[in-house]
Amino acid sequence: MSTEPLIRVDDLKKHYTTDEGFLDRLFGDKRLVQAVDGVDFEVREGETLGLVGESGCGKSSLGRTMLGLESPTAGSVHYDGVDLTELSESEMRPYRTDLQFIFQNPFASLNPRLTVEDIIGEAFDIHDIASGEERHEKVVELLETVGLSESHATRYPHEFSGGQRQRIGIARALAVDPQFIVCDEPVSALDVSVQAQILNLLEDLQDEFGLSYLFIAHDLSVVEHIADRIAVMYLGEVVEIGPTEEIFSPPYHPYTYSLLSAIPEPDPLWDGDRVILEGTVPSPTNPPSGCKFHTRCPIVQEDCSTWDEHPDLEPVDDGEHQIACPYHERVGAI
Amino acid sequence: MALLEVENLETRFYTEEGVVQAVNDVSYAIDSGEAFGVVGESGAGKSVTSLSLMRLIENPGRIESGEIRFKGRDLLSLSDEEMRELRGNEIAMVFQDPLTALNPVYTIGEQIAEAVRLHRDATDAEARERAIEVLDAVGIPDPEERYDQYPHEFSGGMQQRVIIAIALSCDPDLLICDEPTTALDVTIEAQILELLQDLSEEFDMAIQFITHDLGVVAEICDRMMVMYAGEVVEQGTVEEIYYEPQHPYTVGLMSSIPRVGSERDELDTIPGTMPDLVKLPTGCSFHPRCPYAEEACTRLDPQLVDVDTGRPVDGPDRTTHSAACLAHSGELDGELTYSVDIVEETETEDTDTVEDTQ
Repeated sequence: MSTEPLIRVDDLKKHYTTDEGFLDRLFGDKRLVQAVDGVDFEVREGETLGLVGESGCGKSSLGRTMLGLESPTAGSVHYDGVDLTELSESEMRPYRTDLQFIFQNPFASLNPRLTVEDIIGEAFDIHDIASGEERHEKVVELLETVGLSESHATRYPHEFSGGQRQRIGIARALAVDPQFIVCDEPVSALDVSVQAQILNLLEDLQDEFGLSYLFIAHDLSVVEHIADRIAVMYLGEVVEIGPTEEIFSPPYHPYTYSLLSAIPEPDPLWDGDRVILEGTVPSPTNPPSGCKFHTRCPIVQEDCSTWDEHPDLEPVDDGEHQIACPYHERVGAI
Repeated sequence: MALLEVENLETRFYTEEGVVQAVNDVSYAIDSGEAFGVVGESGAGKSVTSLSLMRLIENPGRIESGEIRFKGRDLLSLSDEEMRELRGNEIAMVFQDPLTALNPVYTIGEQIAEAVRLHRDATDAEARERAIEVLDAVGIPDPEERYDQYPHEFSGGMQQRVIIAIALSCDPDLLICDEPTTALDVTIEAQILELLQDLSEEFDMAIQFITHDLGVVAEICDRMMVMYAGEVVEQGTVEEIYYEPQHPYTVGLMSSIPRVGSERDELDTIPGTMPDLVKLPTGCSFHPRCPYAEEACTRLDPQLVDVDTGRPVDGPDRTTHSAACLAHSGELDGELTYSVDIVEETETEDTDTVEDTQ
């Protein structure tokens, strides 16, 4: 794994407005959903960066904005020396072979009217990669790579189980020989035994093709297994980032600590202390002042709500591990 | 006599493709105040088992045979009228997806009060009072104001609390929870699990907890059963099943969970997928995916037996650790060889390996 960044995200913001309806415009009820609110990080070659957070924290918006599926409100995404956010649709097209996406729901992301051969082959047609006999051969090769067989090529998505569909989604992403894949909760909809099969497949493919992943999940135990580094998001901001083993050991950001302690441990006699967060994630249309986590934080201090903005990520130790909380050392005392 | 006794339950669906054997010869018992976990992959028959209890199986499904005894009464012989009295009153159910379980055009207070009026013969004012009381019990702030709000004004976790409030409104003796936290974030899941545990203690209510998440079961259940392809493959206390699993499927399920602090490079998997319930494999349904399968497994259908004595377990039995694998009835030539790693609480690396060979 080299340390050269493959993709660099700088101060990326994605805000959605709620004034799209006629009535909203008439009454001037305009609110901003600050889905992604100033995020910086990089993904290195051959690395898996895990991105975790609760629903509504902006992790999917971030993944989609990075690949140009949503246009950013501000900030830049550099890939191979080019700022992707500056490109037009047609200029972006050649880069789409390098940057791919695996979706969460394998039941919704495959066209039910196309055979598997056409679902995967469509990518070859669009990017003029292969046609005719060569296209068929490549489809079969891909199917075998992801653990399916030639006989599956003529079938339709409804004939497959959830795990098999997710394999088809992976084969489609691999068809254009990508460098970087955003995996948006690829195993959340699957049973635990099938989930393990897909996680192992993603790791094997990474070794074989030298892929880099942004792996989005809400489950820290899944991310721990697959990621080299992890970024933890809360309300559109990264609150902690660092190598996997350092995220899972002290010092912690209080939010990361709460997430970790909420995981149900598959051991009946386990008797650890749990921090149960009160309430739910505040609305991103009207985020709390100061540190956005202060309304639920187990170690909240008096001045947390009065900062002008969220505390910055500050390096701990060697600088690879960064935490956005000046009081994080108090987590140990919970 | 236990609170609930299910004996040799068989539920089938008669579809155009053939007969779906969704629940096959399932027996278990739940005592009052006890939390019982039902675990397995999608399609294992967990939900159909629970719907059978409530007699909510619809055409083309049928409860083929067996007995369901609740407080000694056989539910399958009750009239529809008697069953309606019981449902929501003595046995209540919490569903997986809170948004689809709530009616979007009624206020949440009205949906709780409806159940109270139906079962308690209460006036509107009494029903309202009771609804506010249970909303408060499940931890919804400002219950009087929230009473008049609609489901879309609640977050996912709050909606699930409302569902639990509806279920609790008539003080049930048994609460059936069908994956109540699967749709929720882990932080909210922790809140809901804590709530269920508190309520179960407070009201001495038994819980049948259906889930595919083994972490959740470990946390709240006393006893559990593991289902595969409509059958019970293992049953016992949570400790027995987690520390000394006796069925290869249970072992596979346990080892495929990604765990924080684990040093494994590669997750163990169970190869293949659940068989089609229309055409179950011959012999043991698990043999096509089982690493220990032998020729005998393709012929003989294993019975649930006591793992210590090898004697068959028949009917609901709350005390025996039982498993349905030929290894325990002496019909297998080889042995089940796997080890159970117990991770120490201190999060230091574990070395305590129990070699398990029968």
